[in-house]
Amino acid sequence: MEKANVDKETNSEIVRQFGARPELLVQILQAIVMRAGWIAEETILQLAAELNLSRADVHGVVSYYHDFRTEAPGAHIVKVCQAEACQAMGSRALTDHARSLLGTELHGTNDDVTLEPVYCLGNCACAPAVMINGKTHGRVDSGRFDELVGVMKEGA
Amino acid sequence: MSAAKIYVPRETSAVSVGADEVALEIAREAKRTNTNIQLIRNGSWGASWLEPLVEVEVDGARIAYGNVSNADVAELFAAGLVEGGDHARRLGPTMEIDYLIKQDRWTFWRCGLINPLSLEDFRLHQGFNALEKALAEGPESVLDAVAESGLRGRGGAGFPTGIKWRTVADTNAAQKYIACNADEGDSGTFSDRMLMEGDPLGLIESMAIAGFAVGASKGYIYLRSEYPLTHAILSRALDLARNNGWLGANIQDSGFDFDIELHLGAGSYVCGEETAMLESLEGKKGIVRYKPPLPAHEGLFGKPTVVNNVVTLASVPNVINLGGKRYSEMGVNRSKGTLAFQLAGNIKRGGLVEKSFGVTLRELIEDWGGGTASGRRVKAVQVGGPLGAYLTAGQLDITLDYEAFVEIGAMIGHGGIVVFDDTVDMAQQARFAMEFCAIESCGKCTPCRIGSTRGVEVIDRMIAGEDREGNYDLLVELCDTMEDASLCAMGGMTPYPVRSVLNHFAEDFASSRDKQ
Repeated sequence: MEKANVDKETNSEIVRQFGARPELLVQILQAIVMRAGWIAEETILQLAAELNLSRADVHGVVSYYHDFRTEAPGAHIVKVCQAEACQAMGSRALTDHARSLLGTELHGTNDDVTLEPVYCLGNCACAPAVMINGKTHGRVDSGRFDELVGVMKEGA
Repeated sequence: MSAAKIYVPRETSAVSVGADEVALEIAREAKRTNTNIQLIRNGSWGASWLEPLVEVEVDGARIAYGNVSNADVAELFAAGLVEGGDHARRLGPTMEIDYLIKQDRWTFWRCGLINPLSLEDFRLHQGFNALEKALAEGPESVLDAVAESGLRGRGGAGFPTGIKWRTVADTNAAQKYIACNADEGDSGTFSDRMLMEGDPLGLIESMAIAGFAVGASKGYIYLRSEYPLTHAILSRALDLARNNGWLGANIQDSGFDFDIELHLGAGSYVCGEETAMLESLEGKKGIVRYKPPLPAHEGLFGKPTVVNNVVTLASVPNVINLGGKRYSEMGVNRSKGTLAFQLAGNIKRGGLVEKSFGVTLRELIEDWGGGTASGRRVKAVQVGGPLGAYLTAGQLDITLDYEAFVEIGAMIGHGGIVVFDDTVDMAQQARFAMEFCAIESCGKCTPCRIGSTRGVEVIDRMIAGEDREGNYDLLVELCDTMEDASLCAMGGMTPYPVRSVLNHFAEDFASSRDKQ
């Protein structure tokens, strides 16, 4: 799979942008994930070397935070809010609908679309909420979800 | 004729229901009809149920149009939108909307009103006045005003801000920090976000005041990654402040240096706990620290640190401008001032309501909220996020007061109010509380790490009808252990929602299986 090729140059550039400060490890990883979508094992080794940290330090941080995927996601990332305010407006049923429409369980990828849970998007007065490729949508019923996914796929 | 000012919020909730598309369509329609307009992307007034809320300024007054979709735009222009023309979407003057005028907007007064990324607009609306006053009067005067105000931490713990600031001010160190907690992870809360999107310069001013008061030259904002639009707005506001001498060395020639670094979280709920947040700001796993030492003595990088929530900090400028006494005169008992309550979940008129403490839950849910969105009966209300108790429909007359909530085994927390109608299965909600704790536990202490997983299992057995009484007792005992022996509020308060279900909705354990 082409995505598995890690762009070491870009990673190094990101490290440089953050001044190679080891205390900015979380920020550096976040910048890499926003760009590449995930953190590969070789990236962990690379960051350890460039930030003068141990491999265990970097691995520990990567494995701790939900945002730091260690597998390549699909081209599109769909997050469905699982928290209480959205539950009160039917997010459990919406999640079931999303699983069946996208043909994958939570944390899975199918047809280049990754489906993930998220615990609050801060859009609780316009629940239920979903985030598609970084954009938050509110008042999402199953019909609106289908439309949003349709637009997402057209934009691919 | 000068350009008609049209306001369309650039705020997550408004944008999530189409505000960007509406703004785009307004610009297009203005061009098509040759109408001279100035499109302003303001923050939200907080009436999320009316979003996208479009306003037009007519003779100095703003006329509001609610729930506007891009399909309405051409029709609105034809109806004379720029003159405030009549239309089904027209709500009348913004300042006469009941939902807004009945509030006590101390902290959020600029949200919705101004262009958040215009320094000129900010200055026109008292922006940086409080910082100038603080710089002129000295740190002691700020510390006294904050102490007198009775302001308490709005992140959830309710610790007196004046005491925290005084402690850091009195601690000797060459370097001190202001760490703004913007990791607003509680479901049902969005007040930090609305403030940062609607009045980001106000937060920057507040942090500079805090830095000046305690002798800190550096501030950090720890913003959750789930708020990308907030990140974009805040980043631009920081640049704006820096480029105009309101951040950096020698602010406005006062001799005071202060700058702010914006950090992103990475999806960990427990990083909203102050010591876990400090760990994360240091680039590490967000694992909770033992206390003591308190962050005020040994915080970020071991230096004295003020850790305050966004809303706490943003409440300070008006305390400086209007005096601590004014603030302390609002509210009840030891709950002084206002709180930005957030009406969420199954509610007809969801949004942000800043109101003095002492208002009742019923007033918020019925008078402001208009009851459930579904029109069904209210069954449960969770106040204070995922670690807050579920209240029953019979408990709605309680007044919003930190201590009154503690008395009934509940908490106000960050002010989130999530309403559920009678279709909710409370056994599932109790299960979710434990499940969420299991997903988000940092793992440092055993009661939280192991207890949460065992909690899910016990609740599953209760739902399945296995030895319901024995498992009930076991769950109560598990809640005791987690509450008494956890290191922080994650494990220590997860029992709150669970116990409230056991105490008030126990019958749902029996019926839950039938609904599966």
